[in-house]
Amino acid sequence: MPVLERNGGHEWRRRTTGESLIRWFGWLIGVAVFVVCWQRISEATTWFFVWDAPRIADDIWSRATPPRWEYITQLGRPIWDTINIATLGTIIALFLAVPVSFLAARNTTPSALFIRPIALLIIVSTRSINSLIWALLLIAIIGPGVFAGVIAIAIRSIGFCAKLLYEAIEEIDQSQVEAITATGASRWQVMAYGIVPQIMPAFAGIAVFRWDINIRESTVLGLVGAGGIGLQLSASLNVLAWPQVSLILLVILAAVVISEWVSAKVRGAII
Amino acid sequence: MSHRELDDMLGTKWRKPRFVPNPYLRWTLTVGFIAYLIAAYMTIDVNWARVYEGLDRGAQFVLAFTKPDFVSRAGDIWSGLLESVVMTVAASVVGILISIPIGLGAARNIAPMPIYLICRGIVAISRALQEIIVAILLVAIFGFGPLAGFLTLSFATIGFLSKLLAEDIESMDKVQAEAIRASGARWMQWINYGVQPQVMPRLVGLSMYRIDINFRESAILGLVGAGGIGATLNTAFDRYEYDTAAAILLLIIGIVMALEYLSGIIRARVQ
Amino acid sequence: MLRLKKLVKTYKTGDQALKSIDLDVPKGQVLALIGPSGAGKSTMIRCINRLVEPTSGEILLDDVDLSKLGSGALRKARREMGMIFQEYALVERLTVMENVLSGRLGYVGFWRSFLRKYPQSDVDEAFRLLDRVGLLHMADKRADELSGGQRQRVGICRALIQNPKLLLVDEPTASLDPKTSRQIMRLITELCQERGLAAIINIHDVALAQMFVPRVVGLRFGEIVYDGLPTGLTPDKLTEIYGEEDWEATIEKVDDEDEIEAAE
Ligand SMILES: Nc1ncnc2c1ncn2[C@@H]1O[C@H](COP(=O)(O)OP(=O)(O)O)[C@@H](O)[C@H]1O
Ligand SMILES: [Mg+2]
Repeated sequence: MPVLERNGGHEWRRRTTGESLIRWFGWLIGVAVFVVCWQRISEATTWFFVWDAPRIADDIWSRATPPRWEYITQLGRPIWDTINIATLGTIIALFLAVPVSFLAARNTTPSALFIRPIALLIIVSTRSINSLIWALLLIAIIGPGVFAGVIAIAIRSIGFCAKLLYEAIEEIDQSQVEAITATGASRWQVMAYGIVPQIMPAFAGIAVFRWDINIRESTVLGLVGAGGIGLQLSASLNVLAWPQVSLILLVILAAVVISEWVSAKVRGAII
Repeated sequence: MSHRELDDMLGTKWRKPRFVPNPYLRWTLTVGFIAYLIAAYMTIDVNWARVYEGLDRGAQFVLAFTKPDFVSRAGDIWSGLLESVVMTVAASVVGILISIPIGLGAARNIAPMPIYLICRGIVAISRALQEIIVAILLVAIFGFGPLAGFLTLSFATIGFLSKLLAEDIESMDKVQAEAIRASGARWMQWINYGVQPQVMPRLVGLSMYRIDINFRESAILGLVGAGGIGATLNTAFDRYEYDTAAAILLLIIGIVMALEYLSGIIRARVQ
Repeated sequence: MLRLKKLVKTYKTGDQALKSIDLDVPKGQVLALIGPSGAGKSTMIRCINRLVEPTSGEILLDDVDLSKLGSGALRKARREMGMIFQEYALVERLTVMENVLSGRLGYVGFWRSFLRKYPQSDVDEAFRLLDRVGLLHMADKRADELSGGQRQRVGICRALIQNPKLLLVDEPTASLDPKTSRQIMRLITELCQERGLAAIINIHDVALAQMFVPRVVGLRFGEIVYDGLPTGLTPDKLTEIYGEEDWEATIEKVDDEDEIEAAE
């Protein structure tokens, strides 16, 4: 923090003139970028609809309330499917994520030069792509249905789980591993006794955390045809059956809240 | 087995204490879980013949990654991608700006009760509603186009950032903040000097992370007509143009990786 | 029994931690390795069981050169050498009993160890050892629930259940309070006597070393600068090992032998 001498007195400033100039310039560019982005959005928008939005929103609201409660009898199976997509998808993902994470962690990878980059590539590519896109892809390949949803959730979760898990593996206490090595244990025994116990809490936490996210994601997979309650949502939207839509949204909301509660409880119990 | 003597224990079997000590509970849990897995598997209804047929297409798709086609639909890809980026930038800026006051309001240790409740309510709603569902509703209200996507992402950003920011403020070091307050600072000054320095690095880190998420989400909003690359991708899948789809996916992965790299650098610098 | 010949270790960073060490440890002898921090004490004992790969030289354990063994034979050789660590290095989330039994990993197959189905003889031996160090009632506690002194005793059991010929002990007392330190040192030396084990004990507390061992080796900058009786450690010698300091206070005879308290 520079102190300038001026008029015989000391003036304290946070930054030098050059620094503040650069900062101003940075802000200017930032604002300019934002304005350009906003303009593009604005150009692509039919403002007539936007001005009309309050009326439409009001209209939708009056159509959607009250929800059609008796429709809930038809939602049992879709809810069951949704839970299965999330749960089975999470389990499959965990099975696949464990080996990937061991191959990706610096301290356990067999080859930092060849295998680690491949593992990291798997992690990045499965993680960067939303489960809805995976679902689209799988539906194109194996046809619509719950199975496509399970696999989509599984693939999307591999990268997520493997990333958190390999970070946990890299953070383990190496001295415990050394101690096991020093007893004459084999490679696999070192893993089972020196590494696995240390990452177990992280593993359980990741599993529950991801399951919670997957419940959310599997509620909407049906929008592209991959099973679950999203199918009903999509069907109801197509025929503009707003009372059904509002009921489904309430059910989804409840599912999200419950799964978050369960996952918080389980994580609390583990740690 | 408190204080048994050595002589009693020699020759007795040893087994690891069970994770669930009560045998009835343990067996109920195990059997219940297996029964669930079987029931879930039975209701999935996999059409193996269809899956088998699909393997061929799956292979084609994987092969498409070796010769992605950036050219045939270059115009669509470019405009879709640009729209995704524009939505991401605009929504991140607006979302971050709004989430700061809401985050302050949702922190119990600095906000008065009524404001706290309102802000927590906003956060809860935003977090419970997924992007894609918000997008559907906003498209219904505002019409097709990036405006709906922009609003969706802004809304989601608010829920995400405000919650984490509030948690950060609630867990901050009280002594530092109190020292500033003791010096007779006003509320704004107190926030500026006592709170901001403590939470700023994490806020920057989380914002970067959220930009990354926003971009990934922007890729699916197009599926429901809320602008971005998703529409192009959907079309490519519908037409079985795997090489174009592969090109788009590679672009998404590339941009996500670049964003992660960038956010890594920025996070390292602010800390 | 253990003989080091011209043992050299140069780390990748260029640190020459050991400069041609020659050392002979006969069967059943307990020796203390003293020296300032950074002298190369840890490096030396880690080279012996090859947790650190020596750069050159020979490590002869009963005339087998450990430095040339392949991985299978190295594991067999490691069973002969129990190691005890400064920070205990117990697997924190396993129980005391599992930690002790992990000393048998070199002897049992993967699936047996994975399913915790150790031979009854191993289990009995673990019970006996835990009883010997006064922790039998803690057998099913998790290691992270134990105090420092208790953890170190579990560490000792884990090393002893290997049925080793040699103990490698790296600063066993550095994380413990003075009283517990003495108890642990006494326990280690007593157990070595009972079982006729040789031991190399790294320790930087000279007084503690003098109290318990018959032979002291002084290390400085990776070289042996003293090898002899603990009584021979004159202020001059200590200056040579540690550098200039007033040593009279340190080597003043420690005569208050307080009783080991029956554990707990
Ligand atoms: N893993 C390592 N990599 C590089 N240098 C090391 C490593 N471990 C120890 N050294 C260096 O080797 C020397 C001896 O260290 P060490 O054997 O730990 O000494 P001591 O146990 O006597 O304190 C020190 O100079 C230390 O910096
Ligand atoms: Mg050391």
